[in-house]
Amino acid sequence: MNLPDSPVLGRRRFLTFLVAAPTLTLAARLGVDLLDGPAAHAQETGSDVGNGTYVLRVTETNRIVFESPKPDIGQGISTALAMLIAEELDAKLTDVDVPLADAQNLSGQSVGGSNSMRSMWGPARDLAAQARARLVTAAAQRWQLDASTLSTRDTAVWAPDGRSASFGSLSADAAQIATPAVSATPKPASQYRVIGTPTGQLEARDLVTGTTKFALDVAVPGALPTVVARPPTIEGTVVSFDASGALALPDVIAVKKIPAGVAVVARTFFDAFKGRDALRVTWGPGPADSISDATVHERLDQAIPPMPAPPLLSQHIDGDFEWSFVSHAPMETLNAVADVRDGSAEIWCSNESPNGVKSAVAKATGLAESAVTVHITRGGGAFGRRLYPEAPVEAAQISQAAGRPVRLMWSRNDDMRHGRMRPASHHRIRVAYAAGQVLSFTNFSSSVETDFGLTPLKDLVDPGYGGLPTFGAAYFQLTQTMPYDVGTFSTSLTEVPIDVPTGAWRSVYSGTNRASEEIMIDLLAKKLGTDALDFRIAKAKTAAAKALLQRLKTASGWGKAMPAGWAQGVGYQEEYGSRLGCVVDINATDPANARVTKAVLVADVGRAVNPTGLRAQFMGSVMDGISTVLRAGNHIDDGRVREGSYGDFLWARQKHAPLQFEAHFMPDTDAVGGAGELAVPAAAAAVANAHAKATGRPSWRFPISF
Amino acid sequence: MPTYKFVVNGKTVSVDAPADMPLLWVLRDKLGITGPKYGCGVGVCKACTSHLNGAEIQPCVVPVSDCQNKKVTTIEGLAAGDKLHPVQQAWIEEDVAQCGFCQPGQIMAAAALLKRTPNPTDADIDKIENVCRCGTYCRIRNAIKRAAASA
Repeated sequence: MNLPDSPVLGRRRFLTFLVAAPTLTLAARLGVDLLDGPAAHAQETGSDVGNGTYVLRVTETNRIVFESPKPDIGQGISTALAMLIAEELDAKLTDVDVPLADAQNLSGQSVGGSNSMRSMWGPARDLAAQARARLVTAAAQRWQLDASTLSTRDTAVWAPDGRSASFGSLSADAAQIATPAVSATPKPASQYRVIGTPTGQLEARDLVTGTTKFALDVAVPGALPTVVARPPTIEGTVVSFDASGALALPDVIAVKKIPAGVAVVARTFFDAFKGRDALRVTWGPGPADSISDATVHERLDQAIPPMPAPPLLSQHIDGDFEWSFVSHAPMETLNAVADVRDGSAEIWCSNESPNGVKSAVAKATGLAESAVTVHITRGGGAFGRRLYPEAPVEAAQISQAAGRPVRLMWSRNDDMRHGRMRPASHHRIRVAYAAGQVLSFTNFSSSVETDFGLTPLKDLVDPGYGGLPTFGAAYFQLTQTMPYDVGTFSTSLTEVPIDVPTGAWRSVYSGTNRASEEIMIDLLAKKLGTDALDFRIAKAKTAAAKALLQRLKTASGWGKAMPAGWAQGVGYQEEYGSRLGCVVDINATDPANARVTKAVLVADVGRAVNPTGLRAQFMGSVMDGISTVLRAGNHIDDGRVREGSYGDFLWARQKHAPLQFEAHFMPDTDAVGGAGELAVPAAAAAVANAHAKATGRPSWRFPISF
Repeated sequence: MPTYKFVVNGKTVSVDAPADMPLLWVLRDKLGITGPKYGCGVGVCKACTSHLNGAEIQPCVVPVSDCQNKKVTTIEGLAAGDKLHPVQQAWIEEDVAQCGFCQPGQIMAAAALLKRTPNPTDADIDKIENVCRCGTYCRIRNAIKRAAASA
């Protein structure tokens, strides 16, 4: 039973409780984080802000266990959360364990929209501060000393005379303390010794020794390898199938039809693939069989409303940018282990939206959500792909049909040809100016409709916001902001429903739309005879932005002499309560095989909790920018995705990576901004702008070599 | 079904498997050795990279019949007991891993490179084709140089 005790409400988004248990256990109930912006709807109103309950325990063996609500898909949130807990408890970081919590039934658990640190900053520190206060109080009672004379460090309470007691030894007593004798308020930033210190991932040793357990590495007894035969075209159907050839193979155990195709369960994945090859399936067409790239881009082009006439006596420049589809392509393909028998379901998978998995599996199996358990494993990358529940749903359907546990794996071909993609988009931009002054900046964009599915992003925006026809149009309107003073700024997105599987892709619309705008800013600066970075500094709306860009100018050696065919390019973005600028150096002497040789970033994320983790996010985002601008994308040919693996989906490899990488941070503030997706648009724009400058030719279609 | 005998991470194993079964599935599904990862099945992502008689291989495209009487080393067998290989140690010091899924393959590729080329140039390092979707390449480069310097 939860006993409400000194509730602490951070903007009414969370509530902490002392939980009745033999050792000290505290819980926080989380709300979802809200988008910046006027019309995001108010999840925090009302007393029931519960979006999952998350637990901090101090064990008798002196382990601090925080059951992390936030799935770790490689973004390093587990380490960052451990740092918050260690900071406020004065525990050693190595004494903190952050296991991934099972799926709960509400959306505060999901990761998306770069919200994890913003939503956990308050509750995680508060839980730890509440625990620390009770441990100190327990020690004071044991030693019959004034609690205010005691201190904490190294996972122990210390008395002025040098006596100490480990947190573990005090935990049972601390569990009885309803009202601590010392403050349970998180410490001031001036006392931080963990937060802000560059810290490697806690899982590093397991990761380099091959002992980390991803979903398919978990030993679930009897769970047999399973693959699914999928149609030749997107969302094609099974008309009929003959499984006799597959079932004749000695190590094929079962063949079952599911909505997505025909599943083969076998002793090994080799046997499952052989069984799949032996199936004879008659496939029906899919909804996109008449769709090819040309159709897509024609429809996107036609969907954009006419540009307003520029103001009288003004000049203008126009830009028209096209971006291809792009697979998320996480290294670990979609997969899940499922055991659906005897009226319950048990699932093992990585997912960015655990609550979505729970409800989707319940719906697919006809079970109550209370009968579905979802264990969240560490994920091998996600980038938005794991916001969706396809793999666990299919695994559950197959397990239920076969009456035995299964371990489902999507092949890389499955992932590329039937997986989701960042939707193709167009961005038509007109900038009007007169006498050196920018008068207006108009951006009318169109995009293949994004399927937001069950993603938590759905919780962030009121349906029907602004009278806009689709959720995507509303999300676009709320997230796509202009950081410069460019006169009258107007923008809109028209979504075009086309039956190919799409999904939110790291930074969602910003990766294409804001990148396009940043390319346009370069073209504008050039037209006005101004340096691209000086123009941004001059036009930035805030002093903080100007300061960041000024620092970027210095740190990047902006304007340095470079050989012919080389250039620097810049991009800038403000989102998630953060801001970031990026400069890259490019060698485009061979324009079709350009290489970014150096990347320099300056970020203002408020408080940088783990600079090491943030640098990793930024470096990865630079690689996203390099890949999606220069070479990586997907084609659609008559309802088929042309690319099938990394052999033709040309994601950047070592030879495309910068030889030098620097990330700098502006001084910390008390705010905490999001950062996981922040650098994608700035990096993409920097690469495109550098390429244009180096070659003397702006590009309008991305990727450039496609 | 034929039987194949070979050494995996210092231990002799004997498996009954069809001759064309890729080593990756022998390791993962028959021997329970899950360090090598499936990323593509056609040898292009190289997430499964391991060593056969000390040389780099992609087990997803090497049939088990090629391993008869040979020595297979996976990421689990790279360290000498508790003492990490210099490449693994450098990986920790540079905090290379992000999601970590490709890293067993990256580490085995780097270890093979350093065995062939103890002091690799940037051009040598550029020849590593293992995909890292998280984009950890700059740290991989630094870690390889660190490992080279420590050896």
